[in-house]
Amino acid sequence: MVLKPHLDDFKIIGYYLGKITIGIGLFMLIPIVCALGFREVSPTFDFFIGIGISFLLGFLLTKVCSTDKDLNWMQGMIVVSLSWLVATIIAAIPLYLSGHFTSYLDTCFESMSGFATTGLTLVQDLDHLSYTHNLWRHLTPFMGGQGIAIVALSLFVSGSSGAFKMYVGEAREEKILPNVIHTARFIWIISIIYLLIGTISLGVTGMLIGMKPQNAFFHGACIFMAGFDTAGFAPQSQNILYYHSFSFEIVTILIMIIGTLNFNLHFHLWSGNYKEIFKNIETRTLLLSSTLAFFVVALGLKQLNVYPGLVMFFRKGFFQLISGHSTTGFQTIYAQQFIKEWGSLALGGIICAMALGGCACSTAGGIKMLRLGIILKAIKEDIRRIMLPEKAIIVQKFHHIKNIFLDDKQIRAALLITLCYLVLYCAGALIGMFCGYPFLDSLFESTSAAANVGFSCGITDAGMPALLKVTYIIQMWAGRLEFMSIFTLLGFLVAAIKGK
Amino acid sequence: MKKVYSLQFIVYSFFIMLLAVNCTLYTFVCHAETISSPELINNAKQYDGKEITYSGEVIGDVMVRGKFAWINVSDAKNAIGIWLPQDLTKGIYNTGSYKTKGDMVEVKGKFNRACIEHGGDLDIHASSLQIVQKGEKVEEIISPRKIKVAIAFLIICLTLTIIYFIRLGYGTRS
Repeated sequence: MVLKPHLDDFKIIGYYLGKITIGIGLFMLIPIVCALGFREVSPTFDFFIGIGISFLLGFLLTKVCSTDKDLNWMQGMIVVSLSWLVATIIAAIPLYLSGHFTSYLDTCFESMSGFATTGLTLVQDLDHLSYTHNLWRHLTPFMGGQGIAIVALSLFVSGSSGAFKMYVGEAREEKILPNVIHTARFIWIISIIYLLIGTISLGVTGMLIGMKPQNAFFHGACIFMAGFDTAGFAPQSQNILYYHSFSFEIVTILIMIIGTLNFNLHFHLWSGNYKEIFKNIETRTLLLSSTLAFFVVALGLKQLNVYPGLVMFFRKGFFQLISGHSTTGFQTIYAQQFIKEWGSLALGGIICAMALGGCACSTAGGIKMLRLGIILKAIKEDIRRIMLPEKAIIVQKFHHIKNIFLDDKQIRAALLITLCYLVLYCAGALIGMFCGYPFLDSLFESTSAAANVGFSCGITDAGMPALLKVTYIIQMWAGRLEFMSIFTLLGFLVAAIKGK
Repeated sequence: MKKVYSLQFIVYSFFIMLLAVNCTLYTFVCHAETISSPELINNAKQYDGKEITYSGEVIGDVMVRGKFAWINVSDAKNAIGIWLPQDLTKGIYNTGSYKTKGDMVEVKGKFNRACIEHGGDLDIHASSLQIVQKGEKVEEIISPRKIKVAIAFLIICLTLTIIYFIRLGYGTRS
């Protein structure tokens, strides 16, 4: 029997959604400061309207649904999945008012792409977009990367069990510090420290390659936020190709690698435990999978002699591989070149790298290295079981911050989520083919959206069918939240309709 | 008989020369036509190493690198990197951004699908650059309705925030 949700459930969900909505509104104050700095008048009004709507909606929700009860697991999961949709719609308001989007759906696509740290874009004439709107585009992954609900609630909540449920709902299972709000604040602190270092590094590099200081540091901040949060947005339409600089690409590669690592690993590295990086199952699996993907991509590119020189191969082949594997999506080639020049084998390598993704508890998307590591360990254990005598007891361990015994529950969870991702990749590819795109193109774009990468082979465009835009929005949302909170929302809706 | 042969030779030579001139002119006319960025990117192998003409708006920064410089030129579909001697950039005063319409330029040069000199970039090494149209500052156009709506929301926001803090104050005291 399915139980109909109680009025209290709706009230608690509404109350927390209201708080998150106000939080999103508060973040819109940052672009306003930028607008004042660059003397951009029209964008200032766009953000006033955005703040106004979010505050109004937020205050209404908190007033109507006022409650002092804490969240249970179901409510926490639903708040998370809904808050991502609400945040997408609200963050889209100032972008839509910029006049650089052909429809509100395109703007929602852009803001979901930002929050989910994907980086697929539908913006028109990006090269003439204001600094203010551009900053907001890059702030969305910075918020989404840390987790929208957690980001908003860490401003209002001092620590509650409900916050932990939302933390888990946003695809983070590892608590770095005992209190989840402290964990969220730690993630914020390291992100801001990295932001300062990254902006200065990219700003100085930008100046050395001939950019104006103002542009160099603005681009530095934007590229850092998009790189560290594995989003792949850039302030110019050519993405990283705009800079025509090897040194800029090197700094960007470093940022992408830092961004794809587990925040828990960052904590241990910051605490002086440098050995962890060599022992951790995730970094080892990342090294293994990127090496294998590298060989596939290298073989594919060599077969067609796409990049004859070593430096060329590094700046195009290796850069794209790291960008895809870290699920960032920065490009130093044009979207069409993937299909026109790279060939099926190299593309296959990139698709595999994108599908596998980065580390758990990071801003990266995809299946994640922890799950891949666990599955590989499970396969190894099964092979050993077949080889050894029946009575032999086999114990498999792995190292992730501490030594952990591998059990069936972990394997089941890893396989289940992996299966969900594979279904999501295939479903998007099928819809792409239904819309008339070739198989490889559809699979590439679908994997890029669902694994929150942001690479495009040319399908993602304002002219693509609305069905495909909605598909990619759902893929980005589901891929970022890792399904559980979305399944809970679907279950809640079914219960609301069919429950007794 | 000899005279007839020599006359034939002259006539044939004339036609061959005419054909050669025609071909050269045809090639010149073809290459003088500007090629769009989608055409170049989609058929990069076909144009690789060829002399082409490309035109569009200069966007972003003029990035000087020693005696040379990079500019990015957008034809509204894509922007392509142009590598050119620094001297050629001296006439560029406006580059496209939010508040500026960049100079429209016509570039002639060698197109590279994957430039060996620049780490595989798809670029154009320009031999000449001509400013077709000067860029200009763009005035921000703000619709009066947007201003009214924004002010209305601003007032609502301030009121709500004040109410929130007043209630917070009462809550703390009680």
